[in-house]
Amino acid sequence: MQVSVYRYDPDVDEAPEMRDMSLELPEGKDLMVLDLLERLKEQDPSLSYRRSCREGVCGSDGINMNGLNGLACITPVSQVAKRGKLALRPLPGLPVVRDLVVDMSQFFDQFEKVRPYLINDQPPPAQERLQSPEERAELDGLYECILCGCCSTACPSFWWNPDKFVGPAGLLQAYRFLADSRDTAGAERLRDLEDPFSVFRCRGIMNCVNVCPKGLNPTQAIGKIRGLLVRQGT
Amino acid sequence: MVTQVTALARSGLADFLIQRLSAVVLALYTLCLLSFFLVNDGVGEGIDHRQLVEFFGSASMRAFSALAVLSTAAHGWIGLWTVATDYIRPHYFGARATVIRMAFQVGCGLLLFIYVWWGMRLFWMLPG
Repeated sequence: MQVSVYRYDPDVDEAPEMRDMSLELPEGKDLMVLDLLERLKEQDPSLSYRRSCREGVCGSDGINMNGLNGLACITPVSQVAKRGKLALRPLPGLPVVRDLVVDMSQFFDQFEKVRPYLINDQPPPAQERLQSPEERAELDGLYECILCGCCSTACPSFWWNPDKFVGPAGLLQAYRFLADSRDTAGAERLRDLEDPFSVFRCRGIMNCVNVCPKGLNPTQAIGKIRGLLVRQGT
Repeated sequence: MVTQVTALARSGLADFLIQRLSAVVLALYTLCLLSFFLVNDGVGEGIDHRQLVEFFGSASMRAFSALAVLSTAAHGWIGLWTVATDYIRPHYFGARATVIRMAFQVGCGLLLFIYVWWGMRLFWMLPG
């Protein structure tokens, strides 16, 4: 199998390049892209990428495989390879630290902006803040995000304005707390998102939905935030 | 909260609503014009100047045309501002990106202003 890998070591290379590597795949087995990367690293130990849990939970190994963002550990090679060829690149739009490793500071700066934690100004109860099953169900499809960054780095609005547009991952989390019956800072959260960039730069392209390895729908969450903003502002 | 002085309403929500409302006005205005031309030119005989003046000179049509012209300007400004802030960025244009974007926005603003001024003049100078 022919694998073309994005290589860039800022200490050595003047510019990034796509380097071809070839690999014999075992007959009758469909490897995950992470397994393939591990075998490539045996060939060239200088190849760098992030990995940790290898089961789609930690969100470390988000990369771009033949043009599509995803988690290398849960993406079968057969799903992304075309005619025996596979191109592996870092997540687009973020500065490259080395090879497939990107600097995710901008992504986490935007995530931090939405204050992704419960805010409640009421005195804490003796045990815990209870929710009804229906209130809890409101959080389904929102809390499962693992912050791999596949969605935000597939979003053209985030590529263009990574310093101003919160991006799909951050907005999914913003709505996760807006929808939480225990949170009392809804109005304040909405006020912080009301400017022309934070939410309203979403153009409904839906790349985020297309690439989310957890099958979440940030575009729908963004639509609900807009709905809340309209209801609050009118 | 990101602030932008050149956005139309400086509020994403207001811009969002203005863009959608103006789109509705423009869609209705287009339908209105289409029905006028289809009804009056249904048999392909053409529409004469008298019919046009009568149609556009009525008080309701003058108000509707003025609203459509203003909607075009508002819709155009929000759309072009969005395009400018997306594409005219240091990544593509280097250190002069802000100057280029401002020049583009001034050009757009001027064109839209002329369009509104000309449109208003045209519709309100028609004989009633």
